[in-house]
Amino acid sequence: MKKKKNYNLILGCILTGLVVVFVLVGLVYTPYDPEAMDSSLRLAGVSLAHPMGCDNFGRDILSRVIKGSGTTLFVALGTVAIGTVAGTLIGALTGYFGGIADEILMRIIDALFAFPSILLALVFVSLFGSGKYNVMLALGIAFIPSFARIVRSEFIRCKNMDYVKLARLAGAGHLRVMFVHILPNTLSVLVSAVMIGFNNAVLAEAGMSYLGIGVQPPDASLGRMLSEAQTYLFSAPGCALFPGIVIIIMVLGFSLLGEGLKKTA
Amino acid sequence: MMLEVNHLSIEFHDHQLPETVVNDFSLKMNEGDIVGLVGESGSGKSMTALAIAGLLSRRDMEKKGEILMDGVNLLTCPREALRKLQGDKIGVIFQEPMTSLNPVYRIGWQVEESLRIHRPQMSKEERKQRALEVLAAVELSDVERVYRAYPHQLSGGMRQRVMIAAAMVCRPKLLIADEPTTALDVTIQAQIVKLLQKINREEKTAILFISHDLSLVRKLCHRVVVMQKGDIVEDADIEAVFNHPREEYTKKLIAAIPKCEKKKTAGT
Repeated sequence: MKKKKNYNLILGCILTGLVVVFVLVGLVYTPYDPEAMDSSLRLAGVSLAHPMGCDNFGRDILSRVIKGSGTTLFVALGTVAIGTVAGTLIGALTGYFGGIADEILMRIIDALFAFPSILLALVFVSLFGSGKYNVMLALGIAFIPSFARIVRSEFIRCKNMDYVKLARLAGAGHLRVMFVHILPNTLSVLVSAVMIGFNNAVLAEAGMSYLGIGVQPPDASLGRMLSEAQTYLFSAPGCALFPGIVIIIMVLGFSLLGEGLKKTA
Repeated sequence: MMLEVNHLSIEFHDHQLPETVVNDFSLKMNEGDIVGLVGESGSGKSMTALAIAGLLSRRDMEKKGEILMDGVNLLTCPREALRKLQGDKIGVIFQEPMTSLNPVYRIGWQVEESLRIHRPQMSKEERKQRALEVLAAVELSDVERVYRAYPHQLSGGMRQRVMIAAAMVCRPKLLIADEPTTALDVTIQAQIVKLLQKINREEKTAILFISHDLSLVRKLCHRVVVMQKGDIVEDADIEAVFNHPREEYTKKLIAAIPKCEKKKTAGT
């Protein structure tokens, strides 16, 4: 049988790979200092020296986009990591054991879910201050419910499977059954959830930075650049265009990757 | 006496009215015994088996009586003690070989699971050695390949053999087989029954064979317990039951066995 090519996966890998290479290069090299200002280059257009032009302080946009995608990616990574780990733990415990603890925890999760995540993050940031790490923590907590629900439903599905019963009959303890026997079976669902979560995190970080409560200057982040650029949207469209394009590539890449992985699983 | 079940009753309490699924069940088994447990669907035979295997949740239901395995009461002993017995002294195989193996692990890993839990002192090579040995004992050919295969690469009959291998890997004294042949076709059924007989002969493993197929039970078991609606209606030696069934229900079950008779054709 001829295997159908998984274009989603291929394209997703290419786009995500591009972004990752972009970010990794930014760790060691940027064409200019992303924070160096030069008033003679204010809102300069696209040129060979500055392929994406310069912003309102005369900073090189390419360098800032490279640094900014790094920040955005880092925050998204941290957010998803917090959400996934905590969500998986809660989901696994509630789904596996059920009972009264399940009821209580899930109602708390429901309450958390009912809150718009941006609002939750806003409250968190105004309590603990803004900055990369607080944004990460705030968004991470806001992301826990969705992961907890997905993992919980998968655990409920798996815990009555014969192979889980047999694992218990082989003498495996609860923790071993949960994390060695059941968890790998939830991975196919969890991986695509992580990819979608990644997208939402990129967008949420951009949104929060755009509102001015996310990453603080002089740190560059894609959302922050967008918000700084809106005043000059007509005089220097490149200031908003290029960070915007990178966000699109990032989100598109992760979406396609998630879809593609779901198909292979 | 290896296994002794005395006056076991199981009552569900998760609905409004309590429901008795097993009522005053008693059973004694020695090493090497093969006992058949028969009855129609809903007669409580699987619940009894799960109770003996120690899989019934301790919530939602009330259990009376005692299940003694080598003198340890499985219904009241601490969870840790129960876990020590499960997989080591008691092995279980289920009806459905398609869902009884974890799809994400290789066969070898799954066969070795009981060893990892109960024989932590064994090295990786020793475990593999034992797994290959037990896979060969259930008459699988090309055991190296099976060891490395994933469940979806095996047929139903092969998977059921793998299940038996996994249950037997620690050399349990008691094997509980909950309708192990129901999902298989007739030729494979006969092979599995032969295999169980061989295991019983060579390892002196006692087998509690649960089935609704009396003809298989007759082939395999020394003794038979007939259940109906949670009650034991008959408990006797296999030939006694078949030749002189005392209860109406047993007679009906025996009458329900399909028989092969030569058709009389015209001219003979």
